[in-house]
Amino acid sequence: MHELSIVANLFELLEEKATEKKARKITRVKLQVGTLSGVVPELLISAFDIYKKDTIADLAELDTEKIPLKVKCRKCKKEMIKDDYVFICEYCGSSDLKTLSGTELLLETIEMEVD
Amino acid sequence: MTKKEVQVLKDLLGTNKKIAEDIRTILSQRGILTINLLSSPGAGKTTLLESLSDHLRPDYKMAVIEGDIETERDAERIRAKGVPAWQIITDGACHLEAKMIGKLFSQLPQELDFLFIENVGNLVCPASFDLGETLRLVLLSTPEGDDKPKKYPKAFTTSHGLIITKTDLVPPVLFNIDRAAKEAKEINPNLKVFITSSVTGTGLDDLVNFLLVSLNELRSKNA
Repeated sequence: MHELSIVANLFELLEEKATEKKARKITRVKLQVGTLSGVVPELLISAFDIYKKDTIADLAELDTEKIPLKVKCRKCKKEMIKDDYVFICEYCGSSDLKTLSGTELLLETIEMEVD
Repeated sequence: MTKKEVQVLKDLLGTNKKIAEDIRTILSQRGILTINLLSSPGAGKTTLLESLSDHLRPDYKMAVIEGDIETERDAERIRAKGVPAWQIITDGACHLEAKMIGKLFSQLPQELDFLFIENVGNLVCPASFDLGETLRLVLLSTPEGDDKPKKYPKAFTTSHGLIITKTDLVPPVLFNIDRAAKEAKEINPNLKVFITSSVTGTGLDDLVNFLLVSLNELRSKNA
């Protein structure tokens, strides 16, 4: 359950941005969560709901967008989605694949109320 | 009052990654090979470190940072071998973070070849946290079963090496070494596999060689 410590980092970023933009409230937070990011979106949401009490985001909702693991074969140049994490090109059999997306854990946008 | 959406696109693990990058740079420049050991509890990380200390010393200097939720037990076992060891007690946290390693920097010996970090026993959470290591090694002990790589992909895809431990127990636990190695290499084709037993000493020479080659590579890069 390392999601709670990740949410603690998230709140540092939220507070920093809220101060910078002079926000009164944060109403929605969107994250991009790669399937190979090592975190579970549902647990992030639970941790967020615990953490948000008595903060500027106390009424905010957390949206998580799942980003599939997308790779490109360095040999035949084809791109594909890997749901099974098997790093073998399904077109030419090469194991020389480059990860394009799916490992990220990003704070994408913050929706806030400003004067 | 109006609502507005602000685009941020910031890595939630960015702070940890930045500290880890600083640690990697400093330790590499000092010629220290840092190794992060990951596994479930009881896979044999501490026992492996005890065996490695017998192989590496006195020719090479090693130190160990131990991560556990509670107790100094692991650090005490390592110190009993005459190896400097520090215990990080996480008080419930399921993984080590780079800042915890950074705090111990001032205590590291001046002359050091290998710094091992034994992470909290857990095959899930530690995989997401870069500690500034040069090598990440994941251990899989035979009683855990040979089907683990795809069940816990992050630990295996982010590691440089897989150490299969307790192979002296293969017959009773019906562990298929080839199956485990094949599955791990499917999800990480660059993974080096070591088949070991700390009881019989099998495979430890290969692992020690790999560590020495990695140390030389690190030092020639930073020369």
